Amino acid sequence: METIALYILNGLSWGMLLFLISLGLTTVFGVLGVLNFAHGSLFMLGAYFSLQIMRLSNNFWLALVFAPIFVAIVGAIIERFILKRVYRRNVSYQLLITFGILLILDDSVRLIWGPAYHVIDPPQILSGSINVFGRAYPVYRFFLIVVGPILGIFIWAFFSFTRLGKVIRAAAFDREMAAGIGIDVNKLFTLVFGFGTYLAALGGALAAPHQSVGPAMGERVIIESFIVVVIGGLGSYPGAFVGALVLGIVESFGTAFAGPAQMALPYMLLAFVLLVRPRGLFGKEV
Amino acid sequence: MRFKVQSIILALVLLALALAPIILSKYWINILTEVLIMGLFAMAFNLLFGYSGLLSFGQAAPFGIGAYVTALLIQQKFGGFLTVVGIGTFTALLASVVMGFLCVRRDEIFFAMLSLALGMMLYTIVHNWRDVTGGSDGLPVFGIPHLDLFGLSLNVKSYVNLYYLVFVIFLVGAFFIYVIIGSPHGLIMTSIRENKLRFTFSGGSVNNVRLFVFSIAGMISGLCGSLYCIFTRMASPEMLHWSFSAKPVLMTILGGSGTLFGPAVGSLIFFGLEQLITAYTTNWMIFLGAILVPVVLFFPKGVLGTLLDLLQGREK
Repeated sequence: METIALYILNGLSWGMLLFLISLGLTTVFGVLGVLNFAHGSLFMLGAYFSLQIMRLSNNFWLALVFAPIFVAIVGAIIERFILKRVYRRNVSYQLLITFGILLILDDSVRLIWGPAYHVIDPPQILSGSINVFGRAYPVYRFFLIVVGPILGIFIWAFFSFTRLGKVIRAAAFDREMAAGIGIDVNKLFTLVFGFGTYLAALGGALAAPHQSVGPAMGERVIIESFIVVVIGGLGSYPGAFVGALVLGIVESFGTAFAGPAQMALPYMLLAFVLLVRPRGLFGKEV
Repeated sequence: MRFKVQSIILALVLLALALAPIILSKYWINILTEVLIMGLFAMAFNLLFGYSGLLSFGQAAPFGIGAYVTALLIQQKFGGFLTVVGIGTFTALLASVVMGFLCVRRDEIFFAMLSLALGMMLYTIVHNWRDVTGGSDGLPVFGIPHLDLFGLSLNVKSYVNLYYLVFVIFLVGAFFIYVIIGSPHGLIMTSIRENKLRFTFSGGSVNNVRLFVFSIAGMISGLCGSLYCIFTRMASPEMLHWSFSAKPVLMTILGGSGTLFGPAVGSLIFFGLEQLITAYTTNWMIFLGAILVPVVLFFPKGVLGTLLDLLQGREK
């Protein structure tokens, strides 16, 4: 029984991270219509930027605040100079251009920080462990479980109640109409891509003390966040939340019970959803 | 006139490829062999992408199946060259029929995601099923059988023989793809790419045509995988990973998806760049990405497509 609770906690903490990352991916897809292959690389960039800031300042909170902002600026530059040119093109070409960006970012990270793995310690207040059902459980994972939903509520409130949030939703709903009533869609798209990047990088900065920071960390995340948004439905926020939790828990229990089939589980889930219900749990009709 | 210039260029390239072993060293002939195998693989992928509008991110699956089946058969000393390559190719065809049956129901990114998911499922199976596949170590291949044909026995272990064999298979494969593209089925798949709905209205079955193309592409991919296994003396799980599926995608974009030989030219550029850049740094993907992005942005027809346009003087 205690073991099962621990598996659920593990699933939740990774699921919450996935939720934040997938939220960025799904926002960019919902508004810009681009499925961003480089999203995992931007997540990784977030982790490396926070590693660098921590090396310089030795302050986790400083890294958590600034690393995602710097990466978001990188994202805005990518949108402004590259993505902007392919909105009218075929979806496949948009996917391919983000794949090109993935190649550039991944190898840049290898060039700058080397191929080795790095470990970041959580800050004093979040290190150590608490007793859960008689077993020690890392505090940092509890922090992730709490932080995920809080950020989720903030983002939901932003889209529901602020003017900018409503404008973004309007542009996602109908690009031409939004431009017609005087919304600067160009600037808005740059902003939205920057925001999506920010969420990926925030996920990266939060993940840095949770797993080791290495050049392959983006690859796992991009496939998993694809899976999350497909399960939940492309462009859907509640979908991203449920999809992330489902995937997190499936993986956590998979490690424990599925044995050698554990690696195949996420892909089986992805294939199953695509075959049976391609619009996902909460998606609009395709 | 136009047609003539192209034919002359094609004939010159083929002649150069045929004479290459006389001029070039073993090192470069091995690279050319790889260029041809991967070039044919990319051309098979382009049947789906360029001619049918289906972006497959799981083409490594039939490729890897071809490689593994061939490796296993050679380990068991099952038969001659034609038998092991033939069975490898046929198994890949069967797997593609199943995979295609599931995939062709979806479009665009959903098709891409589904092919990626199925391909990666296969990767995890191969990666974790140590007893049969050797797990992450892969399967090394020793004692490659001779090719026995018309009373001749060809030793494939010689790099020159293997090169010529791959060259001939490349030509046959390219001709086969050329015939498919021009066949009624080929024309129909292009029409589906252009307007799926209209084709449905005229009473055709989109899924059947797509399944046909998917199976053919899978079969050729399996053949390439089988040859690649013999070429590298190895079947490894990386051949099934999605990053391997991305290789024919990159080659096709570089070379051009609108032409028959575009993907093969892309393969040549791909390995050429790798040779050029890895002399200075191992991180050559950054350069590949830096070339890919402007190619997609400014030359959507790829290198060969753009060159052919220039030749025809129809540049806009």
